[in-house]
Amino acid sequence: MAEIRSTREQLENGEITLPEVADHYLTRIREEDSTVNAFVSVDEEEVLDTAARIQKKIDEGRAGTLAGSVIGIKDLICEKGKITSCASAILKNFESIYDATVIERLRKEDALLIGRLNMDEFAMGSSTENTIYGPTRNPLDTERVSGGSSGGSAAAVAADFCNAALGSDTGGSIRQPASYCGVVGLKPTYGRVSRHGLVAYASSFDGIGPMTSNVRDAAKILKVIAGYDSRDNTTARVKVPDYESYLEQSGKLKVGVPSEYFGEGLNEEVRRNVEELLEKLERRGDIERVPVEMPHMEYSIATYYVLATAEASSNLARYDGVRYGHRAQIEEVHREIDREKKEIEEQIRQADGEEKTKLSETLAGLNSPLIRLYKKSRTEGFGREVKRRILLGTYVLSAGYYDAYYAKAQKVRRLIREDFDRAFSDVDLIVSPTAPTTAFHLGENQDDPVRMYLNDIYTAPANLAGICAISLPAGAEENGLPTGIQFMADRFREDLLFRAGRKVEQLLS
Amino acid sequence: MAVTSDDVKYIADLARLQLPDDEVESLKQDLNKILGYMEKLDELDTTDVEPLEHVTDPEVPFRKDEAGDPIPHEDALKNAPDADADYFRVPRVIE
Repeated sequence: MAEIRSTREQLENGEITLPEVADHYLTRIREEDSTVNAFVSVDEEEVLDTAARIQKKIDEGRAGTLAGSVIGIKDLICEKGKITSCASAILKNFESIYDATVIERLRKEDALLIGRLNMDEFAMGSSTENTIYGPTRNPLDTERVSGGSSGGSAAAVAADFCNAALGSDTGGSIRQPASYCGVVGLKPTYGRVSRHGLVAYASSFDGIGPMTSNVRDAAKILKVIAGYDSRDNTTARVKVPDYESYLEQSGKLKVGVPSEYFGEGLNEEVRRNVEELLEKLERRGDIERVPVEMPHMEYSIATYYVLATAEASSNLARYDGVRYGHRAQIEEVHREIDREKKEIEEQIRQADGEEKTKLSETLAGLNSPLIRLYKKSRTEGFGREVKRRILLGTYVLSAGYYDAYYAKAQKVRRLIREDFDRAFSDVDLIVSPTAPTTAFHLGENQDDPVRMYLNDIYTAPANLAGICAISLPAGAEENGLPTGIQFMADRFREDLLFRAGRKVEQLLS
Repeated sequence: MAVTSDDVKYIADLARLQLPDDEVESLKQDLNKILGYMEKLDELDTTDVEPLEHVTDPEVPFRKDEAGDPIPHEDALKNAPDADADYFRVPRVIE
């Protein structure tokens, strides 16, 4: 799969036109996506119209830096006039009324947006199975999951349905599916890319990043979407470098290898792939390996799931069926309340003494129709995993448990960040596998939430620390499934990730 | 500290969710399993550790006091499940 710049060259030379490129992808989607199920919607007519408009700019020599790119968008990033459903029944008819900042910036540079991509509901999941649209299958083995939550984005790039996609990463949701589908996935530093227009899951973790077939394209797209935005106060006023200029920079990179990331639970073939790759890089003089200690890494999943679910329970409180989203039938609500009232009144007639008093209290405490409407709308609208996380988050924030869970996890989060700060005072990068295994079978981890959560074990620490990280294809298992290698770098050092990524690419090409 | 069915119902009420009894049971099991895993955090002594609230130091500069373009009224009401020309409509709350 070609780099965006070579497509651009062909466009400039007149060898091909952008409508032809768009048509190539649209045809592939039409033919193959009924199996993969990466896209939830594609507006062919609009895509071709936009392609023609961008082509005109190319012809006139005034096209932006991303003219020639064809980009899919995860269905939780607002694109004006399009449904942004988050793969949830509660938002299945929600139409965005503005463009997210990242979308504005992509359009400004003439990226062609091709369609909306499947995902786990509200980005909660590691397999793109928690979705109202049905699972996204792994294009490399359609009996297996694409990973998640940005499974549609990873699968679309792997299946050559577009040359790049945007995903979002809260605990590994860009990197783990990238690893499972054999593509490049970048989680930028917290505060590097604006989240204005990104539907919130856990705001102290969420970030948007590119998923591409090669490192250069990731660097090119990050350059466009990164930078301060007055509409997202968490964005940093840190200069956005020309990331592509770092790709070929020479010099040996000092890479920390934490034994904690290569321990129990790691699949043997994944380990071998990653270790062999590192050995070869070292032999070529690209890197120097040094051991580093990350003593709190083993607490990262527990910490992450306390904090992320707490934030989710608060963020998802906005879905009440009043201003937007699914609203339950009010007639049904009234019927339910009337039925319950009658039942209790009947019980009161037959009861006496203390029981009667208790029942009268229950009767008086019945929810008002409005409260019941909130409840019914939310219950009908959210899927099981989302409810599970809302309940968990509500629990860890509730009186009596706040200190034991939420405050405790915030403290451990500091210890985890300090592990990274210590390590980065000595090394340029930290390396690990992206995920403990390759893509698992559909349905395999659905009954065991903890096992599903452990998919994030190597990726969640970067979100806890707010640093940047990239997943790159690291070769394949014997059965042909791709494995992923992850490099992590200190805040705002994406340049180092791209340099390392380029070296891995050169080695494997 | 095991979560009971009553706990699940209580937090479901706080979270404005309405769960049928069989779902209460299975979610109780899930929550106990997950919270059991989270108790791993108790292994760590965090007595002198400050909670981390922001991964990056938040910058809170003053912005210029300029009027921006608000979302047009019509757009704001576009996704409402029920609205008239001016307002979101909700069920009657005063009996």
